[in-house]
Amino acid sequence: MREISLHILDILQNSVAAGADVIRTDICFDSGSGLLKIDITDNGCGMDEETLARVTDPFMTSRTTRKVGLGIPLYKFYATLTGGGFDIRSKPGEGTKVSAVFNTKSIDCMPVGNLTDAILTTISSNHDIRFIFTFAVDGKSFEFDTDDVKDVLHDQNGYCDLTVYFHIREFIAGKIKEVNGGKLQL
Amino acid sequence: MKSLAELNAIKEKILKEKAEKIDKGEEIKVLVGMATCGIMAGAMPVMTALMQEVEKRHLKNVVVSQTGCIGLCNYEPIVEVLVPNMPKVTYIDVTPEKAVKIINDHVVNGQVVKEFTIDNMRWNKE
Repeated sequence: MREISLHILDILQNSVAAGADVIRTDICFDSGSGLLKIDITDNGCGMDEETLARVTDPFMTSRTTRKVGLGIPLYKFYATLTGGGFDIRSKPGEGTKVSAVFNTKSIDCMPVGNLTDAILTTISSNHDIRFIFTFAVDGKSFEFDTDDVKDVLHDQNGYCDLTVYFHIREFIAGKIKEVNGGKLQL
Repeated sequence: MKSLAELNAIKEKILKEKAEKIDKGEEIKVLVGMATCGIMAGAMPVMTALMQEVEKRHLKNVVVSQTGCIGLCNYEPIVEVLVPNMPKVTYIDVTPEKAVKIINDHVVNGQVVKEFTIDNMRWNKE
């Protein structure tokens, strides 16, 4: 992928496919060390130990359309390439937590990209899932919870209202900019 | 900067528009392939462009949504347009610019953009 935010979008799809109804995305950046930590936690179906051990193998996938699954292997590859780290924990019936650390000072670290769109495109298509998104830079933080807007974001058929969508998009983009203060290159 | 409190103020207006939309009963679906393959090929800016155009034109009977891997990964980004009582149209190699044209020509005016469809493009590609 070209941007970290696209990886986040991709990992979020896994949580959606796991049948989660609460998905947390916690992004934390420390400008001193240059470390960017991303945790994606869901309460989906989880995986047993055997599956978990094979999940970073590109030839493992739960999908049926083809035989490779590159989402997690690539995410792990790009995080460790920067000198960061990757960890995935899961329990059947409880959920999964995918953690990655990127060292943004590394020349191999890709740009972060558009976090707002990565989170919001997922939210727009999944009305029955509660998404919580936190973004913290050097102790300053901001939280967005879809429970705050669930009355207006989707209609009774579960389709996203675009007027509301673009309003929230501007709100989150503004908050990210404010919290970030130009420290993390987006 | 926009705030979430403002949402309540525009809520009334939204609810009214929604009621009108349901009255129309002709819902057009626009689906974007958003699995790893789609995202990597650039599906996210395509989805945003589609939503922006739909919002700009106040198309209240159009729904833009994600879908998973369609199984044609080398043709991504893929956009499918489903108009009621019409065959499904699959567009491949979609860019944000093409996405705007698809909304304008196909969704608004009912003219399939033949040059972007899979039937037309797959032969050029192979």
